Amino acid sequence: MAKSPEEEHPQKAFGWAAKDSSGLLSPFHFSRRETGDGDVTIKILYCGVCHSDLHNVKNEWGFTMYPVVPGHEIVGTVTKTGKNVKKFKVGDRVGVGVLVDSCKRCESCQQDLENYCPQMILTYNSYSQDGTKTYGGYSDIVVVDEHYVLRFPENLPPAAGAPLLCAGITVYSPMKYYGMTEPGKHLGVAGLGGLGHVAVKIGKAFGLKVTVISTSPKKEEEAVNRLGADSFLVSSDPAKMKAAINTMDYIIDTVSAVHPLAPLISLLKLNGKLITVGLPEKPLELPIFPLVLGRKLVGGSDVGGIKETQEMLDFCAKHGITADIELIKMGDINTAMERLAKSDVKYRFVIDVANSLSQ
Amino acid sequence: MAKSPELEHPNKAFGWAARDTSGLLSPFNFSRRATGEKDVTFKVLFCGICHSDLHKVKNEWGSSIYPLIPGHEIVGVVTEVGSKVQKFKVGDKVGVGCMVGACHSCDNCDNHLENYCPKMILTYGAKYYDGTITYGGYSDTMVSDEHFVVRIPDNLPLDAGAPLLCAGITVYSPLRFYGLDKPGMHVGVVGLGGLGHVAVKFAKAMGVKVTVISSSPNKKKEALEHLGADSFLVSKDQDQMQAAQGTMDGIIDTVSAQHPLLPLIGLLKTQGKLVMVGAPEKPLELPVFPLLMGRKLLGGSCIGGMKETQEMIDFAAKHNITADIEVIPIDYVNTAMERLLKKDVRYRFVIDIGNTLKSSN
Repeated sequence: MAKSPEEEHPQKAFGWAAKDSSGLLSPFHFSRRETGDGDVTIKILYCGVCHSDLHNVKNEWGFTMYPVVPGHEIVGTVTKTGKNVKKFKVGDRVGVGVLVDSCKRCESCQQDLENYCPQMILTYNSYSQDGTKTYGGYSDIVVVDEHYVLRFPENLPPAAGAPLLCAGITVYSPMKYYGMTEPGKHLGVAGLGGLGHVAVKIGKAFGLKVTVISTSPKKEEEAVNRLGADSFLVSSDPAKMKAAINTMDYIIDTVSAVHPLAPLISLLKLNGKLITVGLPEKPLELPIFPLVLGRKLVGGSDVGGIKETQEMLDFCAKHGITADIELIKMGDINTAMERLAKSDVKYRFVIDVANSLSQ
Repeated sequence: MAKSPELEHPNKAFGWAARDTSGLLSPFNFSRRATGEKDVTFKVLFCGICHSDLHKVKNEWGSSIYPLIPGHEIVGVVTEVGSKVQKFKVGDKVGVGCMVGACHSCDNCDNHLENYCPKMILTYGAKYYDGTITYGGYSDTMVSDEHFVVRIPDNLPLDAGAPLLCAGITVYSPLRFYGLDKPGMHVGVVGLGGLGHVAVKFAKAMGVKVTVISSSPNKKKEALEHLGADSFLVSKDQDQMQAAQGTMDGIIDTVSAQHPLLPLIGLLKTQGKLVMVGAPEKPLELPVFPLLMGRKLLGGSCIGGMKETQEMIDFAAKHNITADIEVIPIDYVNTAMERLLKKDVRYRFVIDIGNTLKSSN
């Protein structure tokens, strides 16, 4: 008979988990594996609350295995290292993002694209190689193969930098891959939430002109005055959308609800690229004529490989880019999730794990 | 009052035109402009029947202007050139494809992408610089600005080469642009019609492994033995499609009817590209998860610029690539359109204009 979460591994662990599709989180005792030869054990300081965490706790994508401990924007301190570990030592500030393992042998892994490995193991809600489930960062400790641990730059504030481990790489990677980095070009960012606000900051750091495309007119002031966007387009205003037709070289679409693509596609110039990084539950309607007539494309992207995630962290440290966060206590997580569902956060909740996770 | 088609230009011309949304074509007297200083006038010998012609004669895209002479896969022999024409002389074998005008001053035109110029003028059914409506290649003569004329190399048969002017460039351009032309790559071709069969030939000539994906199992033998495809997938056969998951670097989708994208996206490798060159009228469903999970993309492409069209013709001549055609007399055209609608053609009708289009005048 399978061991209970508390007993399956030798190191005791404590966190908050959702037990069913109500998505409500509550205290949960479980365990972490022994620190293997290639492993790093991390005391968790902060963990960002990603919208994926919300989708997962409520089983909105249909593949949640309860109990689920979410959290894949983890920043902490190394407390133990296995004997073969070379990159880290006790006391180092580190991060863990969306994946904690992969096959290491396939073409994707060989090309530093572990995130596209068919056997990629997610930080939570996945099966490890030993057959046990992975649990995420809403917890006190985590044990990870050193290959998947990021060095967290010293000059990056740990709480405000935590969301970069998912939100940051999710927008940075496609911007590099799809060539959305030429200074002077015009980037549209659809959706101004956790992903979107980081995309604005990274876009500006690449020297791009950035327009935020949003359904909420009240986000304009923030977008332009505080985040540094060059302009703001209310997507529900037909006249403004029409005036902006054929003006953008690329668009990062961060919206995770079902939404129309046709208006976004019309904003693109010839050869324009619409890159979608949000994960709506249902398929989207895609008009083909405008893609054909304007040689436009719609592409997807899913986080990034470990090498690129490190590159992104170093880039953000160099340019002083962090997320705008609201620090919360572990005990407030359910309220935070409710507010997140209503997009009531500027722009990421981050759990102060070390100071508020008590048994 | 606007002049009638017969009188608006000085040179008499004769062709077959559709008069209304029935799409039925019949003899039509009209006129062509005098050969301007940059114009090339040629006697039309052959004209391919593109599926777009069928859409247009029936006004399926809503923009047709009647009377409408279709035809944008036009080949013939030059009979007159304007005083400033540099590239052609009388007697040359030439062709005209889907465009006869553009602005020549925008970024797209500067980059040899006249096909994406916002002021691009279509070969038929569009308003020319002089305000008159353009008439296509189901006619005895054609006058075109030299910029939009391509040379047909001697070793390319005119009749079987004609369809390259639309079908050919439509598939050649995205194979190059989306980088699906590298030897050893594996590219799928969805739909085995006018576009699809030419895509197979071009891709093979580029050294690419080709799999045809079709809803018709009875096309398999032809695809493998005659067109040279390496393999064939029946799209409705779930087992076959499943076995081919994650095997293709790219797919050229030539199907213009509504069809599901999910199975095609599944065939792509990580970072694979699905390129649409057929244009379904209504939006298709885009499953987002598979696009993200494999960093895949879906892009469009529309014919090609003039420089690339000439490059494509020269490539075809070098590799002996022509369309597989059924040559028909002009008075068979309405029957051909009916058969085209039922996909009953291997794989392009070409009208023998030179021998069968005779004015009754």
